[in-house]
Amino acid sequence: MDLQAIWFFLWGLLWTLFFITDGFDFGIGTLYPFLGKDNHDKRIMINSIGPLWDGNEVWLITAGGVTFAAFPLVYAVMFSSLYSALMLILFALILRGVSFEFRGKVDSPIWRKIWDTCIFVGSSVPAILFGVTFANIFKGIPFDGNGVYHGTLFTLLNPYGLLGGVLFLLLFLEHGALWLAIKSEGDLHERARSTANKLWPLVLAAAVIFLIASKFATSLYDNYFAHPALFLVILITVVALAGVKYFLTKKAFFKAWFSSALTIAGATFFGIIGLYPSMFPSSINPEYSLTAGNASSSPLTLKIMLVVVVIFVPIVIAYQVWAYNLFKGKVTKEDLSYDEAY
Amino acid sequence: MDVLLLSRLQFAAATMFHFLFVPLTLGLSVLVAIMETKYVKTGDETYLAMTKFWGKLFLINFSLGIVTGITLEFQFGTNWSRYSAFVGDIFGSLLAIEATAAFFLESTLIGVWVFGWKKISKKAHAIVMWLVAAAGTLSAIWILMANGWMQHPVGYTIRNGRAELVDFAAVVFNKFAILEFFHTVSASYVLAAFFVMGISAYHLLKKQHIDFFTRSFKISLVFGLIFSILVVIGGDMHGVHVAKIQPTKLAAMESHWETSKRAPLHLFAIPDEKNEKNIIEIGSIPGILSFLGYHDFNAEVKGLKDFPADERPPVLISFISFRTMVGLGAYFVLITIIGMFLRNRLIESPLFLKVMFLSIPLPYIAIELGWVLAEVGRQPWIVYGLMKTSDAVSPIAGSQVLTSLIAFILVYGLLGAVGFYLMAATARKGPVFN
Ligand code: HDD
Ligand code: HEM
Ligand code: HEM
Repeated sequence: MDLQAIWFFLWGLLWTLFFITDGFDFGIGTLYPFLGKDNHDKRIMINSIGPLWDGNEVWLITAGGVTFAAFPLVYAVMFSSLYSALMLILFALILRGVSFEFRGKVDSPIWRKIWDTCIFVGSSVPAILFGVTFANIFKGIPFDGNGVYHGTLFTLLNPYGLLGGVLFLLLFLEHGALWLAIKSEGDLHERARSTANKLWPLVLAAAVIFLIASKFATSLYDNYFAHPALFLVILITVVALAGVKYFLTKKAFFKAWFSSALTIAGATFFGIIGLYPSMFPSSINPEYSLTAGNASSSPLTLKIMLVVVVIFVPIVIAYQVWAYNLFKGKVTKEDLSYDEAY
Repeated sequence: MDVLLLSRLQFAAATMFHFLFVPLTLGLSVLVAIMETKYVKTGDETYLAMTKFWGKLFLINFSLGIVTGITLEFQFGTNWSRYSAFVGDIFGSLLAIEATAAFFLESTLIGVWVFGWKKISKKAHAIVMWLVAAAGTLSAIWILMANGWMQHPVGYTIRNGRAELVDFAAVVFNKFAILEFFHTVSASYVLAAFFVMGISAYHLLKKQHIDFFTRSFKISLVFGLIFSILVVIGGDMHGVHVAKIQPTKLAAMESHWETSKRAPLHLFAIPDEKNEKNIIEIGSIPGILSFLGYHDFNAEVKGLKDFPADERPPVLISFISFRTMVGLGAYFVLITIIGMFLRNRLIESPLFLKVMFLSIPLPYIAIELGWVLAEVGRQPWIVYGLMKTSDAVSPIAGSQVLTSLIAFILVYGLLGAVGFYLMAATARKGPVFN
């Protein structure tokens, strides 16, 4: 494989890591008003992601940064075309981020209510919008040869785009419910488990509809028919999703969560592989499309960045695994008694 | 309204807001790490209470630093897409390296610090805070390298209609960036020191927790004195380099119109940009500008008139920001020296304590104005000498940017108010002893 191809898949991998890690934060933040019956439950929910959400979000920053470094033209055209959607995501993330810190700082129900709302909005809006934008990218975006976007925010809200939004939201909800089942006890744990159970058929349905709709709305399958071995990726994804149900029934929550992570990875890679070598296809004229070939940085930059990523990403994963391990186990009353807890 | 103006306003608002929190993160992380280390070494519970109290303030500030940083990372693409396409080969890599090498470390470890009191040993816990501080500094290195490249592009060639990297080492060892780094980091330490001293002074004035706040005050006093001096030394070296690399910025920050030898320094002036002269000049000392720029009283300094009118930065803003920053820099050195004399009788020096309390905002002002000088003084260039800001903006609808600008102002205004309110309330409440 050449450098550009390697970078294309690294790019896909970074987005995948972001969806896997921040995905369960989004899920928990969205389930928050429904599963958190009282202040204690709510605190368990936010503290279950408390030490981790910030490190998870850096995968987004890195995915963005790497797009800038390795494919500057994609960074430029993608982010300016998707201006309004991206701004909405960013504002949502801002509100979510400060809410965790602010919520517990003043002892007043109204105060908490404000930040509770921000946590819900700040988690659900990005979950949906990431789905909407990625589905639209799979489909093609109306931009011309000068990188000028011909559309509005509402152009993105077409049926296939919305379907992508629903799929992402459901995947993250399932992912979050499983995480909560791992981290909580008693009633809350029961509610998380049953929610994960109830969500599962919905995730399955959305995934199947999405796979079928992709045949009609996009040309993602071209690569698959050209190299049928690639269908393996779809197969793995489906098996992983089945695994979620299997482990859930056996109450092996961590394994179920891991399967769910694999499902998210599979779903992302289903699109990434289908896109290759295109990164930001134009729906106006395929010739305007930005690809790994025509949008990349110079070979020198790609090489330097490859060295950086090959050294640092494993190190990062190593200490994140260490941190996850440090905070494994249930969040208990005792954990909430510390001054620093959210 | 036009996209260019709106995007500039938005970017300026977003970066300046981000930089209200960054310096305290950089400086207070070091101070908290020092306090926690003292606790580990001595076992003295007061140091633990100090770590927790200042740590709590640190965390509120940190959360605002993080959320405001994320928007910046994406604004180059959303609002400056032409710029991004042109410089991504170099500038983008620096941003990406910052995220992989610094942000992960900082964000992951801060979680460990906050939630890990009982999960790791005391010593490891203190080390984690040192690593958070190191990661913050690391992120400053890379982002300032990126900014330094915009100020003084090096190690590139123009190929395929964009700036492509040819010499990575030149970018990394760009003198402009190194000077920016030392100046900005020392300025951040000054800010943190004044923050701790100011809050301590508030409590000392009220005669509460005297031991606790006297110790906090003394630690940050030494820190503040050292870095106040270093800020001035670094700033002077910076000025010399600016004179060499960005003559238009030098002329603007000194409101210097005519090329001359033995160029004077005006303590005060009001520039008249239309008629290319100063309306008022007060306290002009001949030779000083030549000396500051070239360390030679007789050196020739180019005046603004020698540059085409469309390549001159806004003079008034550059001039005032520079004056104020330097004036405040002198004040910080002076007041910390006075503090050294009074350090053993703080309680008996209410006037000094009052002054220190009221000085909390001053380093913020100096730091923001420093950036205004660096960025506005670089105009009309976005990359000095290479790309104009007006060629850098995204081809998007003005209405979109207007909407997001309004959202920025509202959301940031509210968050800033809440954040500073919480910090003030936490500071006023004082420490908790177990
Ligand atoms: C001199 C230092 C400095 C400067 C000039 C900037 N920043 Fe910053 N930034 C930091 C120093 C810093 C920091 C100290 O490392 C922060 C502050 C609070 C924090 O958590 O890290 C941070 C946070 C921070 C974050 C959040 C990281 C996280 O989630 O952990 C992002 C994405 C950025 N910044 C991006 C930027 C961009 C794109 C800038 C340029 C326009 C910028 N920063 C200017
Ligand atoms: C490495 C960090 C930084 C980079 C890469 C950077 C880059 C930029 C860019 C792209 C612009 C837009 C051009 C323009 O509007 O003129 C700009 C403008 C500006 N930046 Fe920075 N900036 C950085 C840090 C900062 C910081 C930390 C501050 C202050 C807190 C700051 C203050 C400003 C201001 C005030 C403007 C507006 C200038 C004007 O509109 O004339 N910058 N900068
Ligand atoms: C007293 C002597 C000082 C001198 C001679 C001085 C000099 C300078 C110069 C020449 C610049 C512009 C560099 C550029 O264009 O990039 C600058 C920028 C800056 N100054 Fe100062 N300064 C002084 C004090 C201070 C103080 C007290 C602070 C804050 C506490 C401060 C904070 C900054 C910051 C944040 C910048 C922008 C970043 C940079 O370019 O380094 N300065 N200073």
